[in-house]
Order: sequence, then C-alpha cells, then structure tokens
Amino acid sequence: MNGKYAMGIDIGSATSKCVLIGKDGNIAANSLIASGTGTAGPSMAVEAAFGKLGVTRENISAIVSTGYGRNSFPGADKTMSELSCHARGAYHLYPEAKTVIDIGGQDAKVLHISNGALSQFLMNDKCAAGTGRFLEVMSHVLQLDISEMSEAGARAEKPLEISSTCTVFAESEVISHLSRSASINDIVAGIHKSVATRTAGLVKRLGVIPEVFMTGGVARNENVRHYLSRELGVDIKTSPLAQYAGALGAALFALELTNNKE
Amino acid sequence: MEERKPAKILLREIADAAYQRAWDAKNAGEKVGWCASNFPVEIPAALDIPVVYPENQAAAIAAKGGGQRMCEHAEGLGYSNDLCAYARINMAFADLKTCEELDMPQPDFVLCCNNICNCMIKWYEALAKTLNIPMILVDIPYNTEYEVSEDRIRYIRKQFDEAIQKLCEITGKTFDPKKLEESMKVSNRTSRAWLKATDYCKYIPSPLNGYDLFNHMAVAVCARASVEAAEAFEQLAEEYAQSVKDGTSTYRGEQKYRIMFEGIACWPHLRHTYTALKDRGMNVVATVYADAFGFIFENMDEMMAAYTNVPNCMNIERAADMRIKIAKRTSIDGAVIHVNRSCKLWSGIMPEIERRLRTEVGVPTVTFDGDQADPRNFTPAQYDTRIQGFYEVMEENKKGGGR
Repeated sequence: MNGKYAMGIDIGSATSKCVLIGKDGNIAANSLIASGTGTAGPSMAVEAAFGKLGVTRENISAIVSTGYGRNSFPGADKTMSELSCHARGAYHLYPEAKTVIDIGGQDAKVLHISNGALSQFLMNDKCAAGTGRFLEVMSHVLQLDISEMSEAGARAEKPLEISSTCTVFAESEVISHLSRSASINDIVAGIHKSVATRTAGLVKRLGVIPEVFMTGGVARNENVRHYLSRELGVDIKTSPLAQYAGALGAALFALELTNNKE
Repeated sequence: MEERKPAKILLREIADAAYQRAWDAKNAGEKVGWCASNFPVEIPAALDIPVVYPENQAAAIAAKGGGQRMCEHAEGLGYSNDLCAYARINMAFADLKTCEELDMPQPDFVLCCNNICNCMIKWYEALAKTLNIPMILVDIPYNTEYEVSEDRIRYIRKQFDEAIQKLCEITGKTFDPKKLEESMKVSNRTSRAWLKATDYCKYIPSPLNGYDLFNHMAVAVCARASVEAAEAFEQLAEEYAQSVKDGTSTYRGEQKYRIMFEGIACWPHLRHTYTALKDRGMNVVATVYADAFGFIFENMDEMMAAYTNVPNCMNIERAADMRIKIAKRTSIDGAVIHVNRSCKLWSGIMPEIERRLRTEVGVPTVTFDGDQADPRNFTPAQYDTRIQGFYEVMEENKKGGGR
C-alpha cells in the first residue's frame, strides 16, 4: 500500500476507463479505450493511464474495479458496483449532486446521494431502449458517428416521434422515417427525445431531488440532456469528466482502502 | 427410542407421497385431477380425490433445468412466449405426457380457480379442450375492495356447492359434510403451524435460511388438508423454537442483513439468485409466500374470504399493507423484488409495492428482471450488479452514511 496513486477501473460493456488519483484525491491521469469487458480494452486503458505518468503497478497503492467486467479484472483489491462508484464519482465532481443519472452502454441508472454516498437506486428493466447501446444502434442506421448525434439533434426543426420501446422496433421506425425522406436531424432529435422520456420515467419513479447531475458516455450528448432537462423540469449538470465518474469513484474507494490500511 | 426424522425430510416425503398417491390411484383406475394452487384444496380432500398441482410440477421442472426445453415445446405448439411459463410448461407436459425432471399422472378432470390470475382460466380451458376432460371453475374475481363483501362471499359459496356436486358426478364419490368440516379443520391446523413456523423468521438471528421456505411451501400448497402436513409443520415450528434457544440456524454463516424477497422464486436460477445473497451475508427473513399460504378460517364464509385474500386477488392497498406489516414484523434491512415476466399480475403492482416499502418502511430496495420458470428472462450479470449495489447501500446505512 506504499504506492503514490490509487487506481479505479470501470470496465463497461462498450468502453474501459481508468483513473489514477493522488493522495489528495485529485485526478492524476485518466484514459478511455473504446472496447469493454472481454477484450484487451481494460489492460490498454491501464497501460495508457500508467504511460501518462510513467508509472507501473508498483506505484499503485490499491485498485478497485467496477463495471460489468469488474470481477474479471486481475489484480483488483476490491470490486464495487458501478452504482456506488458513479455516485461517489459524481459527488466528487459535483458535491451539490443529489440525483445522478447515468446512461451507460448497457443500462440506465438513477442514483440518490445522501451525505456523499449512494442511498437508493433504480435501474432500467432488461430492455435496451434508453441506453447508450440504443443510441449506438441508431447512429449506425443513420450512418452518423455517435459524436455527431448531439449536434444533429440540435439542428432539428420538427423532432419526430419515435415511440417504440423496443430497440429493434424503434430501428424499424427510424428506417420508415428514412424511407419517407424525413430529415436526419429531425429523426435524431426524435431518438434523443425517446431516450429522454424513457429515462425521465425512471428518474420520476425514484424522485427528482435537485441538483441533478449526469454521468456516463451519454452525458456528453447535449441534445439528450436538453430533452431530459425539459422532461424533468430541472437543470441537468454534467462535467467533461462525466464519462469517468465510475472509474473516478472506484479510484476514490481505492484511496479509502489505502487510507484504512495505513 | 427411534430418532425423529427432521421436519424438512418429512416435508419432502409428504410432497413425494402426494405424487405417489396420485400415481397409485391412477394405476388403480381412479379419477385423478389437476388442480390450481389456490383452488380450495379442502374440497378434493373431503371427497378423498387425488389431485396434483401443475404449478408445483412446473416449478420443480424449472428448478431441475427443464424449463427452457418445455417452454420452447409449448411455443412450438403455438402458445405465446408472453404466457406464464408455468402454463407453457404444463401445456408442453400435457402434449408430451412425460417429463424427465418430474412426472405426474395425466388428468381425468381439472380444478381451476382464478384467484391467482385469469390466465389460469384460459390455460385450464385449453387443457380441458385438448384432453377432452371436464373442467370445474371456481370464479373468485379480483377484489377491488379492501374487505371481502357479503355479496362476494355468497357468490363464491354458491360455486362451492356446485363444484362439490360436479366433482361427485365426475368421480362417483359421495359428499359427506362432516368430511368437509374435518378437512377444513385439518387445513386450518396446517396453516396455523405453517404460519407459526415461518414466524420464527422474526428472531434475530433467524433460525432458518429463508430460501428453505421456497421448498417447504410446496406442502403448504398441495397437502394443506392432510394431518401429516399439519404434524410436519408443527414439528418444524418446534425445531425452530429449539434453534432460537440454542442460537443455531439453518442459515450457515453470519446473518449480516435481513431482507425481504418479494415475488415468486426465480426457480431456473435459484442457486444463482441465492448465492449472490448468501455471499454477502443476506438472509431472507420475509416472503409473501409465508402469509399467502396461511389460510385461517373458522367457518365456510371465512373460508370464502380467505380464498379471496390471496396475493393476486387482493386489492393493492391490502397487498401493500400486508407487505409493510411483514417487513416491520421481521425487521428487514432491505427488499429484493423479483419482477417476474411470467406473472403479469404480481409484477404489475411491483413499482408501487417497491415505492411503498422504500417510503413507508424506509429500507433500500432493488428490483431485478427474472422469471419463475423460463430461464431466458434472467441475466446473471444484471442481477449481480443490482444485488452488489443494494448490498453497498445497506453497508453505507450501517455505517451511518456520509463522508
């Protein structure tokens, strides 16, 4: 436990994120690889973060792994669920956060934070609609890069309705719109609205306690945030590091582990 | 002195004997029925008519790994994947006539009661039509009121009389009101003993592993009106009383957290759902089953009311109150809620039940998607994440929360 840094790794279904923090809890290095559990993504993410600081495993005091691949990461001192890690990371990034919305590759979660810790949560049912994967499938159909989706949605003049709650059915709806030569921007806005409506239902079930903070890859999509904010009637804050919230939370738990042992 | 067999062995033997009794009757040329789990068991018991329970058989088939094969067979016959998996497994069994996981005799009649759901009616109608056998239905509609009104009792009572008459016609048996009284008495005795035994969950630590109840309940469902069942549950209660005195439990290891398991067991993944809880020191001390199969009544009218006050038949306010009462009585730290794709009625009220437990009992909750018998509707990784998060919330609560 003599290392200088504590490490958190969030191995999701679509990406692997690694965060190294110093003893002061500040981020020293972070990395993201666009492949998740069951791939070389996790080790590449670690190598990338280590490379930024020129450190090795010897310099790491403790490792906490999280995400769907958390149990298969070798060398982790502890695993934590991504629920606790996102809550912890979000609280660190934005201490006023009381409600956290995380839309990840495979699921959507709503978390309540009380005194800086996760106090209750709700997750989506097994349907993929309303998750990052849903947006990914739609971007492929529309031949857009996922990073172009937000701007396309913002340019919409008349957002269309995508009402199906099933990803496969929604894909058919999108294709129908395309075959009627509807504007791509209007379709994208419709997709974003559908994600927002579905997620808002989950948030309302648990309760909206301001301030609301969004984490996960989809937090980068400003157009989704816009519709979600409209659905919930509150501002939704985020951070450029939102996608790292899970890994950051894991790193903070690793730091706690270090401090408890010392 | 001969050593007494443990109650759990006796209960298993009673469940096995119920199937054997039906086989023996069938082989001797007697009429055998298939019976819905919440059909008033006192009626066939009073007439000494052997019946077996498709729901119990389906649960056992699913627990032994045959659920998917049977469901797929039923889907091949044209039954929708949206139907209850117990129904699909049973329709497959009715078609195949045999099942390697658990066999039971084919029916000469079916006894249906829709106090658990209306899918039951169509399921039993399909059986009756496919197998060309008579069906007796006791219609106990969903109770929109909190209490069971007089007119409902009269409506159900009238059907009881008719059901008895029809059953006599089908089987050639003669009805003796004294025998019905006797079977009601025994059924009450069994229910009281069952409730007494399960009530030991309220002790800290609990003398029993809550998952034991998923096995024991088979007898509470299908052999309530037998003296052997009453005696076995009375012995079970005695054993738990002794465990409380001795500080022992059938749950191995430290009981860190006391939880409610809401909903029917996820039979195809019983081990997985259990292990994720057990690994974190969570013991199930509250289930809806325990109270649901404790039918207590003093007379015929109260019996009609008892069969209306079953989980899927009672009004949502009563359903929520029942759970809140159980949760408080057993001092739970949290609730794990099975959103069971097979059972639309039970799952349909779960968002509200979840909210009520969270807000009125003040405990963390977690919901997971699963199924009582179709293994395809459950994802282990999704379950594990939810259970780990749920555990971490309880850990934070224990620490007092906060940083």
